[in-house]
Amino acid sequence: MADKLPEQKQDLVVIGNGMAGMRTVEDLLKIRADDFNITVFGAEPYGNYNRIMLSPLLAGEKQLDEIMINSREWYDDNGITLYSGDPVEAIDRKRRIVYARSGAEVPYDRLLLATGSNPFVIPVPGNDLDGVITFRDVDDVNGMLDASKSQRKAVVIGGGLLGLEAANGLMKQGMEVTVVHLMDALMERQLDAPAAKMLQASLEERGLTFRMEAKTEAILGRKRVEGVRFAGGDQLKADLVVMAVGIKPNIELAQSAGLHCERGVIVNDTMQTYDPRVYAVGECVQHRNATYGLVAPLWEQAKVCATHLAQVGSGRYEGSVTSTKLKVTGIDLFSAGDFVGDENTEDVVFQDPRRGVYKRIVLRDNKVAGAVLYGDTGDGGWYFQLMKEGTDVSEFRDRLVFGRAYAEGGDPANDAGVADLPDDAQICDCNGVCKGDIVAAIGEHDLKSVAAVGKQTKAGTSCGACQDAVAQLVEATLGEGLEAAPDKITVCECTDLSHDEVRAAIVHRHLTTTAAVREALDWREPDGCHKCRPALNYYCVASWPDEAEHEDASRFINERAHANIQKDGTYSVVPRMFGGVTNPRELRAIADVAEKYDIPTVKVTGGQRIDMLGAKKQDLPAIWRDLREQGGLVSGHAYAKALRTVKTCVGKEWCRFGVQDSTTLGVELEHLTWGSFMPHKFKMAVSGCPRNCAEASIKDFGIVCLESGYELQVGGNGGTRLRGADVLCRVKTPEEAREYCLAFIQLYREEGHYFERTAPYIERVGLDHVKACVVDDAENRKALAERFNHSQQFAQTDPWEARSAQGVNREHYIPLKEVS
Amino acid sequence: MAAVMTDAEWIEIGRLEDIPRLGARTVGMPDGDIAVFRTSADEVFALKDACPHRGGPLSQGIVHGRKVTCPLHNWCIGLADGAACEPDEGHTTRYAVENRDGALFLCPVPKE
Ligand code: SRM
Ligand SMILES: Cc1cc2nc3c(=O)[nH]c(=O)nc-3n(C[C@H](O)[C@H](O)[C@H](O)COP(=O)(O)OP(=O)(O)OC[C@H]3O[C@@H](n4cnc5c(N)ncnc54)[C@H](O)[C@@H]3O)c2cc1C
Ligand code: SF4
Ligand code: FES
Repeated sequence: MADKLPEQKQDLVVIGNGMAGMRTVEDLLKIRADDFNITVFGAEPYGNYNRIMLSPLLAGEKQLDEIMINSREWYDDNGITLYSGDPVEAIDRKRRIVYARSGAEVPYDRLLLATGSNPFVIPVPGNDLDGVITFRDVDDVNGMLDASKSQRKAVVIGGGLLGLEAANGLMKQGMEVTVVHLMDALMERQLDAPAAKMLQASLEERGLTFRMEAKTEAILGRKRVEGVRFAGGDQLKADLVVMAVGIKPNIELAQSAGLHCERGVIVNDTMQTYDPRVYAVGECVQHRNATYGLVAPLWEQAKVCATHLAQVGSGRYEGSVTSTKLKVTGIDLFSAGDFVGDENTEDVVFQDPRRGVYKRIVLRDNKVAGAVLYGDTGDGGWYFQLMKEGTDVSEFRDRLVFGRAYAEGGDPANDAGVADLPDDAQICDCNGVCKGDIVAAIGEHDLKSVAAVGKQTKAGTSCGACQDAVAQLVEATLGEGLEAAPDKITVCECTDLSHDEVRAAIVHRHLTTTAAVREALDWREPDGCHKCRPALNYYCVASWPDEAEHEDASRFINERAHANIQKDGTYSVVPRMFGGVTNPRELRAIADVAEKYDIPTVKVTGGQRIDMLGAKKQDLPAIWRDLREQGGLVSGHAYAKALRTVKTCVGKEWCRFGVQDSTTLGVELEHLTWGSFMPHKFKMAVSGCPRNCAEASIKDFGIVCLESGYELQVGGNGGTRLRGADVLCRVKTPEEAREYCLAFIQLYREEGHYFERTAPYIERVGLDHVKACVVDDAENRKALAERFNHSQQFAQTDPWEARSAQGVNREHYIPLKEVS
Repeated sequence: MAAVMTDAEWIEIGRLEDIPRLGARTVGMPDGDIAVFRTSADEVFALKDACPHRGGPLSQGIVHGRKVTCPLHNWCIGLADGAACEPDEGHTTRYAVENRDGALFLCPVPKE
């Protein structure tokens, strides 16, 4: 084949639609988007996904679409031809053509091998039985997930990173898991004995069983696996066997094409194989006699390879030093370099068994040669950096183990942290994002949150271990920017006014519609946006209960539809069960509805009531009608920034410890407060005694009954950020308890910022302020309670009845037209 | 390449006032719903009722200016171009819809 002229597009064929291959293509597109016709072959029937996230996928912490790196659209948008589910079976290097299983024949000017590696399957009888699975790709994970549904006992062979992550995932899926390991210590290639022991102990605590120093001799079973037998003859039952004993570079194709291979495909420092037109990256390569099984090296290889493909390359790949993290949620473990040491090394060790922290740093002539951290891995990145740069640590050697903040002197508060790492320091190992990329992105797109950075750069979106580091970078980078900017939080980008300013204007200038507010306070966007419209709507209605009306167009869909939208566009229906108390009539009505409208899931919620999930939108009005007519049931506002639930316990009525009638008090409170809209959702609970079975101390308003009366608690939150409630005061009678409750709610309704739960509200205004308004000033308390009751006249109409019986907004629930 | 549209392909779907201002209604199609939006300026736009992110029903979102915010994860989609706003990336299929003095006509053939 004749070479192409420079201005002609080169044909680049990539074999392997995995992490290294696609990263190289991404890097190449950044440098020379238009010089290549790119064709990618992938044996797996998917786009390109983040393989390391298979562990969280198995553990149920992520969904497949969340671990995709490049969707099919990405390939289209970049003019890349993707043959997925179509392995390449042969390469003709003379004619420069690849042949795929589908029969596709594609010529190339440059060829990139990125075939990864294959899981190693131990050569024992029975290793091909049904139910014997490896842990390498999405199909393996699906296999394990299916098995976990019907099977109980799993045996994982291999106590390394993969094995432990597989075991943890299967355990999370409800299986009984035994890990079988050949050695006497887990992850012996990454951990020293003490760390390995701590790891094993905490995994045992979580429910894993270990069988150490056990050599698997055979896998037993006729068609499907039934157990494993060990050297020495004893056996273990198993419905599923996962082999996670290691990987071997996938070089068959390269070998059959006559490319020089040893353990892997041999490449030089420019990632070229012995055939200069053929490049190779990732786990399939052997470079300077090393092969790798981690992603960090591939990011470096990809960068170098891309520059050379683009012919702008002088960069060389000189091998990688790697570090390891274990992705088992709740276990922090870090390991890098030579952590065992020898006669020429010294150890610096820190141990705090109570906190479960262990650190060992291995020094060779005052340079970090390796590190093992368990329990507190915050400084892993820093040690790794010191190690890679061969920094002399003599001056702060005595403080080294206490981490960067102390070692480099100064006060840990103004964290030395990542702020002063070099730009090429890798912050996100999972996605190979360097500090430089992040800082640049923050500047270019003025990103203000970890989430925003994640969206732009992918940093922190995989295992999340680096999110603190990213947060520090956001702060550090915006540092000056922040001073410059007005130091108040505006309602949204449409205005420079704060929540309090807007609200004051609504009250003093008598504004009753969101349009009027935007007009009067000259909003930048005439229509506002999805952030400010719901807020303005709330402020108007809360300030002018007898005049302002809720504007559907300005409410989040759940409040418009009066049901919770689900990820598939269906809805959930949660009727109110006052105080969590129900009866046969209500239950019968729910049962009938569930059958009649074939509701896929009926679930008891965390709020002491019943959720019917998966209802079709068109059915909602009819469902509500049936619930009301047959069960007398009304909306539970489970979808609204409003009073949600009042949890109660059985209390004095039944419980041998109960000292007051918590159930009745809870039911009464819910009758008084249902339908009331608030800045955010509002949850209450009443417990019959200090054992607090209704969890009153994590509620927005909680009551704990005492012999002597009632303890009132406010500002608890059991959600994203756990916050125990503050004690507001103690009162003697249920009447008082009710009045204080209504007064507190009204105060929050009048002062809370939209979307601010009571927890952050109280942290903002201070508990003393709340006490001053509600406890110390009886007049004010009464006034607040009255204002609350006044607004309830207008609020306590059941939205479900209005929409089913009186046909309010019927059009919301039916399509404009059906075309068949 | 833009699909050639003959009047035959246009379907009458209802009247402008059937759609709430700053809102949307859906038109059920054999291959999934099409969302028809009405802005505060009474312009109408039609998009496939599926967010480029994870297929969320855009018809249920909050409409502002010539944009709609998806109810599931707050991606913001341009009504005119069907494109996700920065920093998100993706497109939703667009359809032609016309307001012929109050009567709305939809052409169920994707634009280009
Ligand atoms: C159904 C339910 C889970 C269950 O099956 O038990 C649930 C379901 C949802 N919760 Fe919840 N939460 C449910 C009890 C809770 C609880 C437990 C409780 O209420 O005792 C909490 C922690 C307690 C608390 O809120 O302080 C809880 C903390 C949250 C949070 C975090 C709130 C926070 O301030 O951090 C969110 C997110 C939010 O509200 O922004 C949330 C959001 C959601 C949403 C609405 C997510 C969404 O926007 O779609 C879920 C709707 C599912 C649906 O369509 O029904 N849910 N949620 C529970 C309904 C209770 C009810 O009967 O109304
Ligand atoms: C469960 C699990 C957890 C992991 N966790 C971590 C971690 O926490 N940290 C870390 O650094 N690393 C981790 N790794 C390792 C990391 O995923 C790999 O190092 C990385 O994926 C290697 O990338 P690659 O492109 O070389 O190979 P791959 O990502 O495997 O890509 C190779 C692709 O080529 C395809 N292919 C093979 N032959 C052909 C052919 N003939 N034609 C077409 N396509 C072909 C394969 O199907 C595969 O899709 C983990 C791996 C697994 C399996
Ligand atoms: S929001 Fe609540 S219900 Fe939904 S997944 Fe999270 S915890 Fe479960
Ligand atoms: S589906 Fe629309 S934002 Fe996620």
